[in-house]
Amino acid sequence: MTTIVAPRRAALPDLATTLGAFALGVLLLLLFLALAGFDPGAGLTALWRGAFGSRYAFLSATLVPAAPLLLLGLAFALGARAGALNIGMEGQFAMGAIGATWIGLGVGGWPAAVAVPAVLLGGLVAGACWMVVPVVLRLRFGVTEVISTLLLNFVAEAAVSWAVTGPLQEASGSYPQSDPIALSARLPRLLPPDRVHLGFLIALAVAGALWLILARHRHGFIWRAVGASPRAATVTGRLPVERITATVLLMSGALAGLGGAIEVSGVSTALYQNLSPGYGFTAIAVALLGRLHPAGIVVAAILFGALQAGAGAMQRDAGIPAVAVQVVQAVVILAMLLATRRRA
Amino acid sequence: MIDDALLVGFGAATVRVATPLLLAALGETLSERGGMLNLGVEGAMLAGALGAAVGAAQGSAMAGVGLALLAGLAAAMVLVLVSVWGRADQIIAGTAVTLGAVGITGLIAQRVFGSAGAGLELATLEPVAIPFLGAIPGLGPILFRQSVLTYVAYLLVPLLWWVLFRTRFGLELRAAGESPLSARAAGVPVRWRRSAGTLLGGALAGLGGASLVLAQVGTFTEKMTSGRGFIAIAIVVLGRWHPGGVALAALLFGGATALQFLAQASGRGAVPWQFLLALPYLLALLALATAVGRARAPDGLARHDLEER
Repeated sequence: MTTIVAPRRAALPDLATTLGAFALGVLLLLLFLALAGFDPGAGLTALWRGAFGSRYAFLSATLVPAAPLLLLGLAFALGARAGALNIGMEGQFAMGAIGATWIGLGVGGWPAAVAVPAVLLGGLVAGACWMVVPVVLRLRFGVTEVISTLLLNFVAEAAVSWAVTGPLQEASGSYPQSDPIALSARLPRLLPPDRVHLGFLIALAVAGALWLILARHRHGFIWRAVGASPRAATVTGRLPVERITATVLLMSGALAGLGGAIEVSGVSTALYQNLSPGYGFTAIAVALLGRLHPAGIVVAAILFGALQAGAGAMQRDAGIPAVAVQVVQAVVILAMLLATRRRA
Repeated sequence: MIDDALLVGFGAATVRVATPLLLAALGETLSERGGMLNLGVEGAMLAGALGAAVGAAQGSAMAGVGLALLAGLAAAMVLVLVSVWGRADQIIAGTAVTLGAVGITGLIAQRVFGSAGAGLELATLEPVAIPFLGAIPGLGPILFRQSVLTYVAYLLVPLLWWVLFRTRFGLELRAAGESPLSARAAGVPVRWRRSAGTLLGGALAGLGGASLVLAQVGTFTEKMTSGRGFIAIAIVVLGRWHPGGVALAALLFGGATALQFLAQASGRGAVPWQFLLALPYLLALLALATAVGRARAPDGLARHDLEER
């Protein structure tokens, strides 16, 4: 069913495709801006200034959203390489944020060396748990994970809304948000005062680990075999295809949940509604732009982090709604699909 | 105690809320019968919603309806070009169409309506009572005092049934969806049929967006469809890819959504309101789990026209 094709090996033409697709996306965004009557020049200037224009822009704006985007992009790629499409990362991210906040509020007395891993683990577990329903639906009832994960996004949104007005609401009860998590549960900044935090390195480490597994480990080989042709993998009779799909989906959910955890622990330090500005969907573009390869996804996550940072600046400086950059995501996805499709 | 007036109000709200879902789901039925699983239906609805708001802001709700049809068609056109003719993965491409629609509608809405929103200056579609039928106690106000788009949806159910199962076009569309290779061998222009089904589906989704704006919400807000297009996909499964079944399933989801109004009106706080918010999506999951085993999707769904099963 899935015909996203992963590269055999990273090569120079791939990088050209990647950068070309991203440039095409930005170009079409500028075109739409012009058509809608905005000033594309001002938009591009703001976009650049907000993303790369200064040390602050890069280290405090671009690399901050790049961290969750990297984790979510890896989550999508992991599933897609094994033939499962997780479109519910937005929901797993939100559940990860809930799990991380819940633990982060209760670890006040613990040293950071214990509290931070506990919070991250909370996100991982919550994200994986949120994936249990789609896994059961797929294996027991034959429901495609595409629709089930997608629908669960909206349930997770309602769950966050319930959490911040109910069990996790701040003690004063005035706003729909949680109290700040314990100081010891927060991820340290890498280069204070810049805002890029340890979560970015964690995401890089996950990318490295995933690359090792996919490229060098037996499990990775099996996953890719299942993804390349589920039917062939089934008829060999030696691969527990269903169990592999379940494992990969749960891991994908866990990675997305980890993304939510590092966002709470490293950036927001509390649970809010709409914590993610659509990271779960941007990450699909990140994964495809990176051609489902961990190294490519690192580059793509930074590019889309820059776009996210630039979008904020565009809204502040040029009055262009930040949501407009979703045009770039759409164009990138479509361009990458067309550039990497299987030949007839 | 829930009284009769409240129940009639709930029934009428159910039909009103079900209308956008039904229109989009009927469109998705056409699309999927032709073998295209269109995840861009959410984007087509959103585009239709904005089209309706922009048209209606000019003073005429009918201009809004027309613009909504075109906007839905345009969103579906992207998917047709990329996935039917470009042979890219339908699922991801459809997701991208929805993402792009969110961006473009946000951009245009900001430009046309500014930060004030579209609420004040919209010409909306008021409920029209059908003579005689609208006077039936109970059922009349529920079914026959609705906006004109609801009546359009009523008429589309038998019409689409006829098109799908009694016309040559319908036969060819279903052949393109069930077994594209055999259809091709039999001389059916598979890609053209798939394109037609998906484009018509997009236009209907746009109409669904129009009914959301013009007959239900009365304004346009960013991302206002909030997953209704995805629910429409679940409705198609629950309705077993059949217009009649789809209509019943849409009513079920309309009811699940309208429960929120009932709960507000009866003023009870037994369950958190967020649970009612999540209810249609949970229901959709349940529907998929119970329906998929019994119903059968078109065999060529989400496959390329040249791909062998």
